[in-house]
Amino acid sequence: MHASSPVLSIDNLSLEFPAYKNNVKALNGVSLHVNPGEIVGIVGESGSGKSVTAMLSMRLLPERSYRITAGSLSMLGRDMLAAPEKELLTIRGRDAAMIFQEPMTALNPTRRIGRQMLDVIIHHQKISVAQARLKAIALLRDMHIASPEQVLDSYPFELSGGMRQRVMIALAFSCEPQLLIADEPTTALDVTVQRQVLLLLREKARQRGTAILLITHDMALVSQFCDRVYVMYTGAVVEEGRTADVMGSPQHPYTQGLLSGLPEMVEPGQPLLTIPGQVPNLASLPVGCTFQERCTYAMPVCAKRPNLNTINGNDQRKSACWLPVKELS
Amino acid sequence: MNSAVFQPITPMAPTILQLNDVHVRFPVSNDWLGRPRGYAHALNGIDLQVRAGETLGIVGESGCGKSTLAQLLMGLVPPSSGGLNWANRSGEGSSNVQIVFQDPQSSLDPRLPIWRIITEPLYARGHVSHAQMRDVAARVAAQVGIRPEYLDRFPHQFSGGQRQRIAIARALSSDPDIIVLDEPTSALDISVQAQILNLLAELQSARNLTYILISHNVSVVRHMADRVAVMYLGQIVELGSAAQVLDEPRHPYTRLLLEAVPRLGVPLHDEQVAAPTELPGNRRLPNGCFFRERCNLCTVGCEKPQALLGDEQQCVRCHLQD
Repeated sequence: MHASSPVLSIDNLSLEFPAYKNNVKALNGVSLHVNPGEIVGIVGESGSGKSVTAMLSMRLLPERSYRITAGSLSMLGRDMLAAPEKELLTIRGRDAAMIFQEPMTALNPTRRIGRQMLDVIIHHQKISVAQARLKAIALLRDMHIASPEQVLDSYPFELSGGMRQRVMIALAFSCEPQLLIADEPTTALDVTVQRQVLLLLREKARQRGTAILLITHDMALVSQFCDRVYVMYTGAVVEEGRTADVMGSPQHPYTQGLLSGLPEMVEPGQPLLTIPGQVPNLASLPVGCTFQERCTYAMPVCAKRPNLNTINGNDQRKSACWLPVKELS
Repeated sequence: MNSAVFQPITPMAPTILQLNDVHVRFPVSNDWLGRPRGYAHALNGIDLQVRAGETLGIVGESGCGKSTLAQLLMGLVPPSSGGLNWANRSGEGSSNVQIVFQDPQSSLDPRLPIWRIITEPLYARGHVSHAQMRDVAARVAAQVGIRPEYLDRFPHQFSGGQRQRIAIARALSSDPDIIVLDEPTSALDISVQAQILNLLAELQSARNLTYILISHNVSVVRHMADRVAVMYLGQIVELGSAAQVLDEPRHPYTRLLLEAVPRLGVPLHDEQVAAPTELPGNRRLPNGCFFRERCNLCTVGCEKPQALLGDEQQCVRCHLQD
């Protein structure tokens, strides 16, 4: 395979949802890429377009509900925006898999786990039912599930949340995908279970060389888990870089605001630093930098939209802001 | 029961609510005569007091009984045994407790204008005129940062953070003794979470409110709470000041919980992937220490039920911490 070419590459992608009068501009020039075997995070608040990006990467948004206005999206060298449905069916699940936030809604409640897993395995790999069952058992055992046979014979409601999410991960890895998109995979789980699920996800991804695109709003989670991170705001990437760099010295005022608003950043009882105002309406975005209304550093030049520029010549570190680069404590 | 736990020894704010060995259990399934076959034991002996003006944080995994405790305080669930003693109310019966729920999307009636939502507790109590209700709504809305001209709008016209402000205004409107905050910020974005937490802290210092903050977000609890109770399987396993419990945890479960919390800049290490993370079922309670199966310090003595040892300041349900 192409070892160096990215498994997912999105270039200057803009998307809008047609609505009465004003179209909702959900994505405004997103550019990102995921290299093979790498764990990449997307953080942002609701409305920042992180889930739309994930859903569009798999072409899971309802057809004709959206309009691509610019840009391209390719997965494993294939143009996903032009791929016919038939081709998508072979890509989804086999080359790229997805894990959703709430495993209870992602699994079919009326069918046993075993049936659901076998359906996927048999669809993508032409093997017999008995072989598929053995494979499902092996996959569940890899997820440190003590009695896989018993889990295969149970219905989703009989399993706990953590167990269901482990089944989802086993299912996602069943066809050894090269890319796994995880949309808030642990939001519904307790911290102890969250940690276990993440460790399992990473262990499995390392074994298989699978790239992971993790979508979350939890800054601490990203800083623990991801190699690189993209910070999104109003449908565009405002900052990107290696996780330690972005978390350690955030350059964009929005990233700085997000990090300084965390309760662990101040002494207990002291007021938290907040970002004033609210996320602008995606149907009527301000001209220029979309963060200018909430930004403490807003300048006249912010009326023009800043590009995602490299910082200090480091190719991996970018920020979309007019402010000169500075070192932050 | 250890009586030392109940009497405040040091001079502190007066206790407004005291829970004495409260148990709550729910019948699970019935036999053909309608008698319960089994019970889900949600709360198994909660001893707790709530002092005026404090923020009491409650942390624990899902299934540990946090939400049942909230419902118990609200009077939505009666205790199966044990009692709630309100300091300023004679006899049984609940006091004025209000709650702020997790998701303001579903906890506000979409068909009511927000001034009616905010004054719903007053309306339910009765004997309030329309004009009085609007006055109260305008006053409380101003306190939480909702402009008075928005009072006739409906919940769908507000953003998530503003809706949570409306939910807080509703809790404030009847001057409650205690406000239960059930995961007040976990449905909100980070930037909005900071605003809401600041608002809650401001309101508390301005109106001397008493909060019971239920959350699984340890950093929020560390930020807000004066005292913290850690719950496991319907029991309090550790109770003390926020700094003591969350910075120097003594119970093995508290340590396990805090270790699992993601922290900025601390990478995730590959270890103990296979450690059991499931709460034991609450249908049949374990013998001895409830945490025994998951505890890595389990030794002789753990097969006996553990009592909450310690004084008023800090107590731990573990015999190893004597």
